[in-house]
Amino acid sequence: MAIGKKERLGAQIEAEFLKKMLLIRRFEEKAAQMYGLKKIGGFCHLYIGQEAAAVGALAAIDLGRDYTVGAYRDHGYALACGMDPRGLMAELFGKATGVSRGKGGSMHFFDASRHMLGGNGIVGAQIPIATGIALKCHYRKDGGVVLCWFGDGAIHQGSFHESLNMAKIWKLPIIYICENNQYGMGTDFRRVSSVTDFVVMGDSYGIRGTQVNGMDVVEVFHDVGEAAERARAESTPVFLEIKTYRYRGHSMSDPAKYRTPEELESYKKQDPILILKSRMEESGRLTAEAYAALDSECKSTCDDAVKFAEESQEPEPSALYEDILA
Amino acid sequence: MSMVTFREALRAAMDEEMERDDSVILLGEEVGQYNGAYKVSQGLLEKYGPERVRDTPISEEGFTGIGIGAAMAGLRPVVEWMTFNFALQAMDQVISNAAKMRYMSGGQFSVPIVFRGPNGPAEYLGAQHSQALQSLFAHFPGLKVVAPSTPADGKGLLKASIRDDNPVLFLESEMMYGLKGEVPDGEHIVALGSADVKRPGKDVTIVTYSKPVRMVLEAAEALAAEGIDAEVVDLRSLRPLDERTVYDSVSRTNRCVVVDESMPFASVGSHVAWLVSHNCFDELDASVELVSGEDVPMPYNHSLELAAQPSILKILEAVKRVLYA
Repeated sequence: MAIGKKERLGAQIEAEFLKKMLLIRRFEEKAAQMYGLKKIGGFCHLYIGQEAAAVGALAAIDLGRDYTVGAYRDHGYALACGMDPRGLMAELFGKATGVSRGKGGSMHFFDASRHMLGGNGIVGAQIPIATGIALKCHYRKDGGVVLCWFGDGAIHQGSFHESLNMAKIWKLPIIYICENNQYGMGTDFRRVSSVTDFVVMGDSYGIRGTQVNGMDVVEVFHDVGEAAERARAESTPVFLEIKTYRYRGHSMSDPAKYRTPEELESYKKQDPILILKSRMEESGRLTAEAYAALDSECKSTCDDAVKFAEESQEPEPSALYEDILA
Repeated sequence: MSMVTFREALRAAMDEEMERDDSVILLGEEVGQYNGAYKVSQGLLEKYGPERVRDTPISEEGFTGIGIGAAMAGLRPVVEWMTFNFALQAMDQVISNAAKMRYMSGGQFSVPIVFRGPNGPAEYLGAQHSQALQSLFAHFPGLKVVAPSTPADGKGLLKASIRDDNPVLFLESEMMYGLKGEVPDGEHIVALGSADVKRPGKDVTIVTYSKPVRMVLEAAEALAAEGIDAEVVDLRSLRPLDERTVYDSVSRTNRCVVVDESMPFASVGSHVAWLVSHNCFDELDASVELVSGEDVPMPYNHSLELAAQPSILKILEAVKRVLYA
């Protein structure tokens, strides 16, 4: 049920978007803080700046029958799917109560009940996986579509090109989303791509791409909704490039010296939370008090998640040999 | 019992499993219209149609990953690699995704999939098309690795592999597809993880699997002519490994030779030889011998390529070493 961009969304759904984006923002800030305190180790890729992409896109599909498959910068997808911040923070802490029993970590959030299949750590390797899920939907004719997320860094992997080709010849219902945050780790995408306009990347496979403003959650919601309905109705792959920006480095160990402070500041002016908040305030659908209350609720949800993670047990030693085989 | 070829036995296994379960699909290069590069899938496209027998482009990483995704979402794909040599293009999907998905999701997802095709040296194929790659796959927890030697085992193990809820690497051999053997009529399943004594004997245990089983049985007959009674243990499944059957045999014969056509460095053969050395130390009357492929890429020249592989002569010499004969 795609709706035109001009139509106004209900106040309730906008408020829901705002809340989810704020929750992701506060969760990520808390994760960064906990990382600094060495409560979280290893690689930790934050989603700050990109919240509109996950929130808008995942609100546009029905995870009862649809699926989402992402890469390693997965905290935002997990929260946007409605996964419990407690289980997610506990996973970051490596605790037994984590969503993956403490054995996955930051890059491996999964939720079978929400059709959320990762959280995948190898750049681009989730693209064939997502395509295979779309093959299942096509074979079973169950009406499901798949959101397949990857970054601008993954688009040059063979897995992307091989998958698009097969999705096209087999008419698979999948939305390939290149979430272009403009840096593959420390490399500006313009330095390593033969094209700077990624929407043409599907052309060789007969898949027309569309660019989406990833800083506006409502636009993302509309565009992904339209793409999903098309993929569903026509049983076809669709390709979207969501233009976005990450505020932090690639991971916690990256000071992001490859870009200018001016660039970062210019994007912070198009902050996805700020855009929606201003729009809602201007049209009288959000008061400063209501926003403050919302923000405070998200902060306390994240504090509670940290408390839960802190108090949770370490995995039993026996967990080492569990979950290897079915 | 019926006399069938290895190829026909594998085809029957897939056919029967596709018949009983519509979640079983087959995908790979040339599996449909061409009826299989080695004709294992002959007739299946005609019977089950292109939705279930799917020809793929030459995109091993892509279609291997697609099979894994379909398996995570509830299908039971059989992915045919034209040969395991081409599976190297898809190793990331097998190792980083299929083998790890269950563990890193805390047990939420399983990957019921079979990857099958010919593995190991054939003839005149040169270095890139004649590799015995089982040791790579057997290295990884989360994978099962199966390597039958007879049509009956091929059928029974493939049916068990398709029904298994884990990723199974199913190793065949180009040189075995035409070999005939008795296969029981009706439903025939061989559980993964069960070795089989292919020839009972009392003087020495020869542990092997896959294509070399036939050669080892011939060697055992040659030894019998010299009064040496060899027991031949066919592992059939490398992961899980039926250690019990091997140790029981070695504790009766007190001597052990392992025959494995993969290269010797960090191989299935060297691991099994170590297991026997370690776990049967008190029963052994001689150190364990390993007859492996030579530690070289496979040459094209036929004399050289035969020299690079286990042979009856190498097996006889190894047996005599452990017997101090």
